[in-house]
Order: sequence, then structure tokens, then C-alpha cells
Amino acid sequence: MRALVLPIVVPLSTAVILLLVPARPLLQRWIALAGSIVLLLVAVLLFRRVESDGIQVLQVSGWSAPFGITLVADLLAAMLVVAVGVVAVAVTAAAFAGVDPKREAFGYHPLIQILLVGVSGAFLTGDLFNLYVWFEVMLVASFVLMALHRTSAQVEAAFKYVTINLIASSIFLTALGLLYGVTGTLNMAELARLGPATRTPGVDTVLAVLFVIAFSIKAGLFPLFFWLPASYHTPPAAVGAVFAGLLTKVGVYALVRIFTLLFQSAPPSLFTLLLVMSVATMVIGLVAALNERDFRRILSFNLVGHIGYTTACLSLLSPAALAAGIFYVLHHIVVITNLFLVTGVLLRLRRTTDLIGLGGLYRTQPAFSALAMVPIFSLAGVPPLSGFLGKLAIIESTFDAGAYWLGSMVLAVGLLTLLSMGRLWADGFWRPETVRDTGTPGTALLLAISGLSLVTLAITFGAEPLFELTSRAAHQLLQPDEYARAVLGGTP
Amino acid sequence: MEVLLALASGVLYAAGIYLMLRRRLAQLIIGLGLLSNGTNLLIFTAGGLTRASPPVVPEGAERLAEPYADPVPQALVLTAIVIGFGLLAFSLVLAHRVHATVGTDDVDELGRER
Repeated sequence: MRALVLPIVVPLSTAVILLLVPARPLLQRWIALAGSIVLLLVAVLLFRRVESDGIQVLQVSGWSAPFGITLVADLLAAMLVVAVGVVAVAVTAAAFAGVDPKREAFGYHPLIQILLVGVSGAFLTGDLFNLYVWFEVMLVASFVLMALHRTSAQVEAAFKYVTINLIASSIFLTALGLLYGVTGTLNMAELARLGPATRTPGVDTVLAVLFVIAFSIKAGLFPLFFWLPASYHTPPAAVGAVFAGLLTKVGVYALVRIFTLLFQSAPPSLFTLLLVMSVATMVIGLVAALNERDFRRILSFNLVGHIGYTTACLSLLSPAALAAGIFYVLHHIVVITNLFLVTGVLLRLRRTTDLIGLGGLYRTQPAFSALAMVPIFSLAGVPPLSGFLGKLAIIESTFDAGAYWLGSMVLAVGLLTLLSMGRLWADGFWRPETVRDTGTPGTALLLAISGLSLVTLAITFGAEPLFELTSRAAHQLLQPDEYARAVLGGTP
Repeated sequence: MEVLLALASGVLYAAGIYLMLRRRLAQLIIGLGLLSNGTNLLIFTAGGLTRASPPVVPEGAERLAEPYADPVPQALVLTAIVIGFGLLAFSLVLAHRVHATVGTDDVDELGRER
């Protein structure tokens, strides 16, 4: 299955071309956009293949499964790669509205593409060490994107971000070393097939906790998320959009993979730990969001809070909850990317994202405000938008699983989200203006925002088929046999 | 030998974490370096130690004779060393830039409003 390697090769080739051609902004932007569109197309192609023919596997260079590097795409991975394509197109299109010239001259476009290589690779790999390598590819690109600027706030934020991520990588690597020592393999399918029988329970718990810590740092779960709101609001809007949309989701994806393939039969206390961390993340993220006065910081805390939804669903390990969680991740990727692009327009209009400097946008920019309504109210969970459907599914599944208190926490946190988004809307858009607009919204940014809003609407109106898909993905995840059979072949 | 290496790796972790909790950027970076080296040593040790028998099929033989050293952890460590080196170099440059723009190498000073 060669299509499997394309979501990695396409952005990589785009990056190489971008490095080779002269650094003329317009040329670079067009090539980046073309590359992203091709990425979206190959992702859709791969998704259709997975959807009709089941799990797709590629043994790189023909080395068979446990020995070589395996690329695997099940439904979850394929859907997430499509989401990567959507984000890529939106963000590279938004670049036409202007990236600051220095950043563009020093490799903004190739770096974005390399970031996409890392993210797609992490979603598609079937080997844990390979996952570590893709993580690093993604991180190095994000480090440079974050540190490309010389203002002190950005350099500081970048330093915190780099340090915490290096620590997380070390912990991840430690867990990998120990896991290899215990099982003698890092191929996810083989690990799933070996099952917990080959590992002693004590070591198993240590491994699981190490993985949870490492991925929770990357995903931004309580109590390990404080680096995220401290750094995500500093880079320019388009970079923030990619980071918010994709990077934390890779951490969530890794948690989902690890828990469904390796630790499904782990002691329940482990799942309780994950559940408690998730709930704390939701509550603290949203309460902190209410305490902020800056549009981007509010978004960062909302991002953190909503990560908790998915991991809470994961900790229940029921098909319905997992399906709802996957639906929520897909919805969230689109919406949060869109909202960070909205802050890009705000920066152009008012040169600030502080709510004090906003207001009156509803009158001065009616078209933009109408567009921004879609992601804002979708995140808030106002019916009938996709956020509402996602939350409804999550709440239903928690009640069905008998986790009533979790369901009520999700409801309460939903109310907090509504409050935080409502205040954003009231203060940012409805309140009479105190400052005048000093710029234009930028056609390219508006186009990108309307594109992503359309995707949100598509998720809203296509919720039924999408739900069927996420349910199938959840079933696939909860039955690792199918995954192991696809990769290793045969039945032992 | 395992015990010795396990201790060495533990000492590297401890020293790395201690240094990262210090306030100066330079110490933080040395701490990162020690931490990643501790991890490398741990992978190497956890993979099992076999002395003086490389996993190479000798001339004339059909297959490897047990015991032989597992090449996988060594390959993993090699990759991890390369990645760790790159990241360490990057964070050195970044620390230099932090010092150049903010004018301090005290981590506590960094978060402060100026």
C-alpha cells in the first residue's frame, strides 16, 4: 500500500522544494499552498482506501513486521491525517495575508511543512521508537517556528516550551528503553499481540505511568499543562493555529494508541488516574480561561480544557465513549485552528488580542463577525453546531457507561465553556467600540476562516455518517487483534 | 556490570534533574544533556548486556551462535544520541539568544514582567 507513505513524503518534498527555490514570498506561498492541497488529496485518498478495504499496512523497504519499520493506517489514523491536510491548507492559505518578512525569509514555509511531516508520521507509524522519532521531527520544527523571532516574550516562551518538551521526550525514551528490555520489541502490533502476559504487573504499571506522564505533557493534561498557556499565545496567529490544532492532538493520539494497544487490561487504578487527570484538566482549564483577559490566552486555556474531554472518554474504554471522543477531537482540531486564525484577523485590525482593545467588531466588520460566530459558538457548544453534537455524544456515553458524575462534570464544564466563549463574543464583538480599526482583515485569512467554518458546518450536518465512522474507528481501537493481524498477518 | 550501569544511569538522571532545578540557563542545559545521556545508558542496559560477541555471522557459519549482543538497543541509542545532540545544540543557541534579548540567565527572572 504505497498511498500510506504519501502523507509523509508529500510535505517532505514540498519542504525540500521550498528550501531550494529562491526565498521570494509569493513563490514560497504558492508552492506551500500547492503542497498542502496535494497533502489533503492524498490524505483523502488514503482515508477512502482505509474506509473501504480496512486497515492499511506498509512494511518499509520490505522488512517484514516486527523487524522493520511499519506504517499502519486504521480509521482513526486516516481521519486524523485528513484533519492534518485540512489544517495544512487553511494555514498555508492564511499565509497569503502576510507573514512577517523576517520569519518568511528564514524558512517559515518549509518549517510548517516539516511540522506536518512529523505530525503525519506520528499518526501513521506502527512502531513506538519510530513514534518517538516523528515526535522529535515535529518538535524541532515547532521549536524553530516558535523561536524565529527576537522579541523577549517569544524567546522566553520558546525556551520554556523547548525545556518541557525535552523533558517529556526523555521520559518517553526511558519508557521505551524499559519496554524494550521487558518485551524485546517496540512494534505496536507485536506488543498488542504479546499482551500483558509477558510483562510483570509491577513493571507494567511503571511503564504505563511513564507513558502517561510523557504524553500528558505533550497533550497538556493537568497537572502538566502549565507550559501550554505560557507559550501558545506568543507566536503569530498562523503558527499558533497549527500548534493548537495539531501538536496537542498528537499527544492525545499517542495516549489513545498506548492505552488501546498495550494497556487495555491494565489495572483499573490506571484508568482512574487518567480520568481524574482529565476531569481536573477540564475544570482547571476552563476556570482559568474565565480568569483571562486576552483572546489568545482564553483560547489556550480552552484548548487545554477540551483536551480533557477526549482523554476522559478514553479512560472509560467503552466503544460509545471512544467514538464520541474521536468525534470531539476531529471537531476540535478544525474549530481551534479556526479560532487562532480569527486572532490573526484581530491582530491585523487592532494590533492586539486583549479584550480591552477589541469590541465593536460586530459593527465595523459584520462579515468577519458572522464568520467568527461559527467557530466561537461551535466551541461553546451551542446547538446545532458540531461542538454541541460532540458534547451531547460524550455526555450520553458517560451516562450509558454509568459514570454519572463524569457526565455531570462534562455538563458543568460545558457551561463554563459557554460562559467563556459568550464573554469573548460579548466583549470582543458586541460591546461598543472604544478603539478604531487600524488595518484590514486580509482576504486570505477570511478565506481560510470561511473554509474552516464550512468544514465545521459539514461536520455539523454530516454528523450522522461521521459518527458511524468514529464508531467503527472506536471498535477497531478496542479490538487490537484486528490491528495485529493486519500488521503481522496470520492468527497465532 | 548491569548494576554498575544502572547506578550510573540513575546518577545521571539525578544529577540532570538537580541541575534542571537550578536557576541558571547553562546549568539547565547541562542538566538536559545529562538526562538524555542517562536515558541512553538506560536503553543500552535494559536491552541486555553481552560482551565481546557482535551480532555478525562468522565466516563459514550459517547462523549466529548464542549468545550475541542485541543490535536493536544499540541502534536505538545511536538514533537517540543523534537527536539528543541536535536538540542540545539547538537549546544552547536558544539559551544564548535568551541571554542576548532578555539580558539575564536567571530562570526566575525570565517570567517576570518588565
